[in-house]
Amino acid sequence: MYQSPDFKNLGQLIRRATAHDVEQALSAARPSLNDLAALISPAAEPYLQQMAAISSEITLARFGKTTQLYAPIYLSNYCTNRCAYCGFSADNVIKRKCLTIDEAEKEAMILHERGFQHILLVSGEAENAVDVEYMEAIALRLRDKFAAVSIEIQPMSTEHYHRLFLAGITAVAVYQETYDPDLYKQVHLSGKKRDFDYRLETPERVAKAGMREVGIGALLGLADWRAEGLALGYHLHWLRKAFWSTAFTVSFPRMRPATGEFEPLEIVSESNLSQLIFALRLFDPDVGLIVSTREEARYRDGMLGLGPTRYSAGSCTAPGGYGDSDSEAEQFSVGDHRSLDEVSTMIRDKGFDPVCKDWDCGFQLTDY
Amino acid sequence: MLTIAGTEFSSRLFLGTGKFSSSSVMAEAIAASDCQMITVALRRVDLDNPEDDIMKALSQREYTFLPNTSGARNAEEAIRLAHLARAASGTSWLKLEVTPDPRTLLPDPVETLIATEKLVKDGFIVLPYMNADPILALKLQDAGAAAVMPLGSPIGTNQGVLSDSMVEIIIEQARVPVVVDAGIGAPSHAAYAMEMGADAVLVNTAISIAGDPVAMAAAFAKAVEAGRTAYVAGMGQRSKQASASSPIDGKLSSDLGFLA
Repeated sequence: MYQSPDFKNLGQLIRRATAHDVEQALSAARPSLNDLAALISPAAEPYLQQMAAISSEITLARFGKTTQLYAPIYLSNYCTNRCAYCGFSADNVIKRKCLTIDEAEKEAMILHERGFQHILLVSGEAENAVDVEYMEAIALRLRDKFAAVSIEIQPMSTEHYHRLFLAGITAVAVYQETYDPDLYKQVHLSGKKRDFDYRLETPERVAKAGMREVGIGALLGLADWRAEGLALGYHLHWLRKAFWSTAFTVSFPRMRPATGEFEPLEIVSESNLSQLIFALRLFDPDVGLIVSTREEARYRDGMLGLGPTRYSAGSCTAPGGYGDSDSEAEQFSVGDHRSLDEVSTMIRDKGFDPVCKDWDCGFQLTDY
Repeated sequence: MLTIAGTEFSSRLFLGTGKFSSSSVMAEAIAASDCQMITVALRRVDLDNPEDDIMKALSQREYTFLPNTSGARNAEEAIRLAHLARAASGTSWLKLEVTPDPRTLLPDPVETLIATEKLVKDGFIVLPYMNADPILALKLQDAGAAAVMPLGSPIGTNQGVLSDSMVEIIIEQARVPVVVDAGIGAPSHAAYAMEMGADAVLVNTAISIAGDPVAMAAAFAKAVEAGRTAYVAGMGQRSKQASASSPIDGKLSSDLGFLA
């Protein structure tokens, strides 16, 4: 079982880094966790351009001149948790909706029409609305229509993840939100999500269930982003050792205004976010790095090829939002409103290949 | 001429189709390389969809398509993907890749052998991607592999043929063609593999991420040809001692006058 290092110590470790440490980290053939600490530190800020260049080179060698594309489908915004920062939080007064299996398929097929082959099914955490049977039924409907179907829903047991894997789910994303256990308790006010450890152990349960890819992340804007970044590095490092046949991705949800009008506790600038992305790329050349439409078009265009490997596009974060553009109650508002075609054109203009298909339903068509 | 499973190839350079900036650059690079065998990943390409970007750019009439099972973690998955690839593309050619570690993408010897045995029985022309392990090469050959594809170094690393001492043994022992695959990062690496006596090389990353992939593809074509020509011409033995290029009478020759 994974034990996260003491969060306060991480902050101290980072702040001790000097320019000399940064230079050593930049020239390390295989940067260590201490090197990662230096690369995330304030001392590395003057080296941002160098970091970008190295990160870009590594990304190019490992992933080529390509960027993968996907879109989320919000299945439900019911939630039994009260989380201070989230638009879906149980006590927010918003219009709640949970798509039926038919409605979910309809939404998916709209994205299919638009050219998407990789979808991410997202929901609030409410087991009475979205349970394993519901997810299983949707997966079985969609598994032969898409190259890859991922999920981002409430944490589940290994057994339930395995059922979903057999039903056609390829990947699971579950973000720790914050690796600081004290702050975690402060912002997760009630509900199952209050259990820090159960959430922290979720990537292990996902990997044990046989899923191909596990996504981790921290919500940027809660605790010190540098310490979160190093905590992510520790987690990733441990997961790689424990589950060598699983692929890993890291996402960087940076807090945007939500209905609850929660003000971010920490301001994370675009420059900070870039530093974190470059540092993780240098630390782990093979990890998938995901930048969603939370970020603005200008930023996503600029970052293309410098480290990130996967972008979402044409996203709507309200359940049923693709079929019904009047849907309210988004989880967060989007920063990049361009369609798949527009994002693809931008990617091509920058000399990269927009890749919608990088998996195949053939992998998932096991006897069910 | 290189012959694999009864098909002749005048080019000994095989190309991969991944990591290119666009399908049109890929098609141009492939054309510039004069290669006749290209490998395509089932995970990336809709083999039965004529509208697929990559399928639109390449004609199955011009090239021998070698579908690959990239992404398969075990024999069972690779076998399933192979059958899907054959159903979609109509070809029995198959580059078998079983790579359980998504990070290094190194081939699993045990599962690769199991899958080769089964797929050969199912009528596939199997070219397994393998580590440079001479015994494994012989076992794959005995299982009916049409060629073996030992790696030069880990895929995508551009490190060249680091496994050369093992590849040399494979070349010496194998009855089936030996295609050095993975890690070839420069035309000189490809030439080196060919000089050693490899029957062909497969290149992808070094071309797809080059500044000018089309020019790089042409450079690889020349290198492969030069390496092959040198091998056929008969390379001098490597020696740790210097030897004069114009032997001087008396000094470097031994008197064998005592022989009957």
